[in-house]
Amino acid sequence: MMKPHRRKRLGIILFIAAGLSVAIGLTLFALSQNIDLFFTPTQVAQGEVNPGDRVRIGGMVREGSVESAQDSLQVRFATTDYVHDVDVYYEGILPDLFREGQGVVVEGSIDPNGVFQASRVLAKHDENYMSPEVKAALDAAGASADNHPMQPES
Amino acid sequence: MIPELGSFSLILALCLSVILGTLPIIGAHRHNVLWMSLARPLAAGVFVFTAIALLILAYAFITDDFSVSFVANHSNTLLPTRYKLTAVWGGHEGSFLVWTWMLTAWTLTVGVFSKSMPLDFVSRVLGVLGLLIAAYILFMLGTSNPFDRIVPLPPADGADLNSALQDIGFIVHPPTLYMGYVGLSVVFAFAIAALLSGRLDAAWARWSRPWANVAWAILTIGIALGSWWAYYELGWGGWWAWDPVENPPLITWLFATALIHSLAVTEKRGVFKSWTVLLAILAFGGSLLGTFITRSGLLTSVHAFASDPTRGVFILGILGIFLGGSLLLYALRAPLMKSDVGFGLFSRELFLLANNVILVVAAASVFLGTLFPMVYQAITDDLISIGPPYFNAIFSPLMMLLVVLLGIGPLSRWKRTSGSYLLQQLGKVAIASVALGIVIPLLVLMEISIAATVTLILAVWIVLSMGKDMLNRSSNKASLIQGLRSFSLSYWGMQLAHFGIAVMLVGAGLTSYFASEKSVLLEQGQSTELGRYTFTLQDSYPIEGPNYVGSRTDLLVQRNGEEYTILHPERRVYVASGTPSTEMAIDSGFLRDLFITLGEQKESGAWSMTLYIKPFVRWIWLGAIFMALGGSIAAADKRYRRLRQRKSAEQQAASKGAAELQPAS
Repeated sequence: MMKPHRRKRLGIILFIAAGLSVAIGLTLFALSQNIDLFFTPTQVAQGEVNPGDRVRIGGMVREGSVESAQDSLQVRFATTDYVHDVDVYYEGILPDLFREGQGVVVEGSIDPNGVFQASRVLAKHDENYMSPEVKAALDAAGASADNHPMQPES
Repeated sequence: MIPELGSFSLILALCLSVILGTLPIIGAHRHNVLWMSLARPLAAGVFVFTAIALLILAYAFITDDFSVSFVANHSNTLLPTRYKLTAVWGGHEGSFLVWTWMLTAWTLTVGVFSKSMPLDFVSRVLGVLGLLIAAYILFMLGTSNPFDRIVPLPPADGADLNSALQDIGFIVHPPTLYMGYVGLSVVFAFAIAALLSGRLDAAWARWSRPWANVAWAILTIGIALGSWWAYYELGWGGWWAWDPVENPPLITWLFATALIHSLAVTEKRGVFKSWTVLLAILAFGGSLLGTFITRSGLLTSVHAFASDPTRGVFILGILGIFLGGSLLLYALRAPLMKSDVGFGLFSRELFLLANNVILVVAAASVFLGTLFPMVYQAITDDLISIGPPYFNAIFSPLMMLLVVLLGIGPLSRWKRTSGSYLLQQLGKVAIASVALGIVIPLLVLMEISIAATVTLILAVWIVLSMGKDMLNRSSNKASLIQGLRSFSLSYWGMQLAHFGIAVMLVGAGLTSYFASEKSVLLEQGQSTELGRYTFTLQDSYPIEGPNYVGSRTDLLVQRNGEEYTILHPERRVYVASGTPSTEMAIDSGFLRDLFITLGEQKESGAWSMTLYIKPFVRWIWLGAIFMALGGSIAAADKRYRRLRQRKSAEQQAASKGAAELQPAS
């Protein structure tokens, strides 16, 4: 037989353990619902991204690819890891540091025509700083910061 | 030559801090009064030499000494002098020097305002802080010396300060945040000193409380300033982005909030001792984690410093040694922290425990969301990011629960409160809050909005239960005024801070749900409508500043057809770096902000721009001000000073006795 105060203590411990597991379970569920996977342009070209899935793509803005409409806020550009390109369509105002030949991360999904419909465009606000995503994309494609003249120094 | 003096001064500070970190602690262990009494002068010495280093760096900025690499990278001859000064903390090296200097300033302050505490305790506190300072200076000298030179050929002109940092918000945000962060190191040092001496009693909690309250208040202001700066300078129209760099201060703040509540229980009732110590360690860990994430460049963020892996490893080392060491000490001393006092199922202790559990769970879930991408990448090699929906989904319900308890806690009694007493006290308050929360949005909006209703019910609940508590406490006084006068400063501080929560809640809730925005392309003379407002682009013309060129626009704002104001958003290009930047135009008001960011000019002369209406957004920062005021007022309670005086008299008598008994060693 357990002593009453021991039983009380055991009750408290069980209660805390149950509460903790519920909290952890809910947190992990919320996490799994909100993961944005990141892909490189090469992975997109290889068909790793299903149309309609919300993903992030990072790369450089291909030089000479930016076309912005004169009478609306529509913009088209290509993001690239210098091996493959992904065409991006965006309607809105681009961030201050968005420039050709600079790193960019786009968030959105691929439409059936293979064009990436971006809901958000992110450019970093320190020029000397390249986001790990963009860096990883370039590294994966074999274009390192040293051998491409258009890249920001890092 | 002068920058070398800066390095030299840092080396001297390092030597002194190493002595500060060893002799007084050993002295306290061996009851060597001489060694212990070295702590205060050493703390002053460390402060002086770190301050000299900081002044020398500022001097290098003012005199445009571009042979110093840090100056060359963060300044420019065209930069206005005030920004040259603030550029001292515009990059990693300089901001770390400011951070370390602040720690030495806190250390000195502890040395000055600790006359009442026993000498061995003060020596241990200052010693722990000395070790921390030594580690920081070593880090600076080893991996990021702000005085490093560019040899042999220094550039003729500097690369300029990041344009987003040329701003009043930036001048004040980082120092305030650092000040709060570093203040938590003091509370940490108190906890470690208590563990070392084995004296975990109410006196220790009472000594810690004012420091914890002040550090918490400054941290609150620091985070709010960051949010305000991001709001009007970065121009994405939000006030909190759950960015990996924003999250560690929030995690630290949540721990610190739990800590100041837990300290109250430890002081008043002598329970939760081990928990309080653990929270002090965790809050300090949060501040180090913030440093680590910002300065290692491991996570993607809008404002990470340019990265350098050796720095990350070094900071991780500091984190490991200090956290690991203190947790080890904690484990060894755990048996000392047993408390035999019990408390009932409904009691103020229990409500404060619930407060702590919620705050810590919230901190843990933010921590998880912030670090999950890094862990995920290490395991699967895939890059992911965790978006704001995760944080909102976890954070909002936890905070709602916390606010419900916030109404009950202050009215409950220590040891034991009956459920029926609470029901009798708060039943009407609850009914009134629900009624007001439903009616007010109906009257104002003429429609049912769940978000507005929930927000208002909770805010009204806080305010009414506060009022009820004040009425109760003044019920045995002749008049309400007399009752209000009789409250202690720490009670007023608590109420003010809780009121700040209500204000912030209204701001956060209503801004999140009722903000409206619109991106448009406007030609000269063209107008567009948003809400009750009409925006007309009247003119745009070039401008020239001291270190930038750009365009400025005149936007006429009409409300309900009548002229209201003219706003002037700008688009600038900073000459030295070539960085483009948007200057938002904001018409701020008590009930709403109008906010315009300018995009680019098309060939036709039309401008793209985004217009925002942000209802109640100012209330978020207003709430933070109330909270910080509350924390400071509570720290000024005369209870802490009175005890100090009485104690110091006792101490003098005691230490005299001890000195006489002690053989010369």
